[in-house]
Amino acid sequence: MKNTNLKAALLSALVFVVLVAVWHLATMTTATPASATGMTPEQIEYARMLGKDPTAGAEQKGAGFPTPAQMAATIGKQLSNPFYDNGPNDKGIAIQLGWSLLRVGSGFLLACVVALPLGFLIGMSPLFHKALDPFIQVLKPISPLAWMPLALYTIKDSSASGIFVIFICSIWPMLLNTAFGVASVKREWLNVASTLEVKPLRKAFRVILPAAAPTILTGMRISMGIAWLVIVAAEMLVGGTGIGYFLWNEWNNLSLTNVIFAILVIGVVGMALDLSFAAIQKKVTYVE
Amino acid sequence: MSSDTLLSIEGLSKSYVAHRPVFADVSFTLERGEFVCIIGHSGCGKTTILNALAGLDTASTGHIFMDGREVAGPSLERGVVFQGHALMPWLTVRRNIAFAVESRWPQWSRAQVNEQVEKFVTLVGLAPAIDKKPSQLSGGMKQRVGIARAFAIQPKMLLLDEPFGALDALTRGTIQDELMTIVRQTRQTVFMITHDVDEAILLADRILLMHNGVDTPTGYRPGGVAEVVVNPLPRERTRAGLHHLDAYYPLRNDIVDFLVGHAH
Repeated sequence: MKNTNLKAALLSALVFVVLVAVWHLATMTTATPASATGMTPEQIEYARMLGKDPTAGAEQKGAGFPTPAQMAATIGKQLSNPFYDNGPNDKGIAIQLGWSLLRVGSGFLLACVVALPLGFLIGMSPLFHKALDPFIQVLKPISPLAWMPLALYTIKDSSASGIFVIFICSIWPMLLNTAFGVASVKREWLNVASTLEVKPLRKAFRVILPAAAPTILTGMRISMGIAWLVIVAAEMLVGGTGIGYFLWNEWNNLSLTNVIFAILVIGVVGMALDLSFAAIQKKVTYVE
Repeated sequence: MSSDTLLSIEGLSKSYVAHRPVFADVSFTLERGEFVCIIGHSGCGKTTILNALAGLDTASTGHIFMDGREVAGPSLERGVVFQGHALMPWLTVRRNIAFAVESRWPQWSRAQVNEQVEKFVTLVGLAPAIDKKPSQLSGGMKQRVGIARAFAIQPKMLLLDEPFGALDALTRGTIQDELMTIVRQTRQTVFMITHDVDEAILLADRILLMHNGVDTPTGYRPGGVAEVVVNPLPRERTRAGLHHLDAYYPLRNDIVDFLVGHAH
């Protein structure tokens, strides 16, 4: 087991090195200096007068796709000062990330508040299950971003609309999993609770909730994954702040290193969110 | 009804299909401190009767009275040991039993609950495993916890739904002995389903023999209690000495003959 882990880690490192090497080789050819384009000093001077600095340009942007070295420099620069705030279009990565996490967190919490009790109701009552099922089936497949215009029109606030979109996308997996988990609580545990004359609320919290918790947590984990996918798109759309807006803004700046940096950050944070839910899931899972 | 009657069942029947009740006209009583076993083939409605006594199921017709009051729903007065132990896997043995004890006496302090839990866990010999989860226990140990849980709420009567059905013969024997000891000590009234004739002879004061519903040339005859056998063996019988008692084999033959004769 330990041996496998070590081997896997080594292999991962190898894959990483190979990827970076391929990247390096692929970008090396295009990164040939543009200054040696055979311009005469007069031509260079003329270009400078027009506001185009061929030599500086070559250093700054390279010629197209960034090299791994440029990438590393950008990552170092961004991470060394993550909290700066130079106005609306220039904020540190931590601030942008903070905004995104705040929106995801609020939307997700709102979804929990609605989905968990409603899921309990649907799971426990076949009547409600049948009655609400058509609504759920129609609403569930709608892309969360399709709600954006409606949200912007009614809420009139871009940040709150982002939260609403997160809410609407994270509610479904949570609702369905809660309902399923509650409905499939073993009959015998409920019988035990009945013979002990356990009051409904105590039964819900002490028997049904722990019994359904692993299923509910699975739903929450899926919801969180979707929410993190959607927040990037939502912030690209509404703008202002957040990691999605940062990404789009850096595309407009044609700063590919920052775009790649944002992509990496989205991936790492998404993984961290998923891992934290996996840890909670492990805590509530029981062996029968 | 004598003054010592704890439970009386009158004209119980259950139909899932109209006019073809699984059993009909089942009437019997349970005296205080009595151990009654019910034997019958699968599908004759034993579990339905037990569930009706527990209040988990309702009979189609008939009434069940306990201490003169009609049984309407589950109650802490009737402890149930389920066929599949029905322990909550996310709780330790201690918490499983504490859950029952807290339900019975909500006003008790934590120390009181704990004392009660430990007393009954010790009674079934599981003190060393008290803080383990059910998944870490063997089948026999789990069933012991189920029995401890039912006893810990000190109900007026115990209902056992084939509690040892899933256990191997050796474990079953040990737990039967334990159960008998506890029941004798606490003078518990017990109603138990079993498939095992020897188990019934060892434990029961009276044995109810049930037959299945059958189609006869004159029409459908629903199942019911065909015979009530009073156990003639002395109450101090043991599992090891059972087959040395004179009355053992005639009794056993009687019951086996009945079961074979009604094997449809």
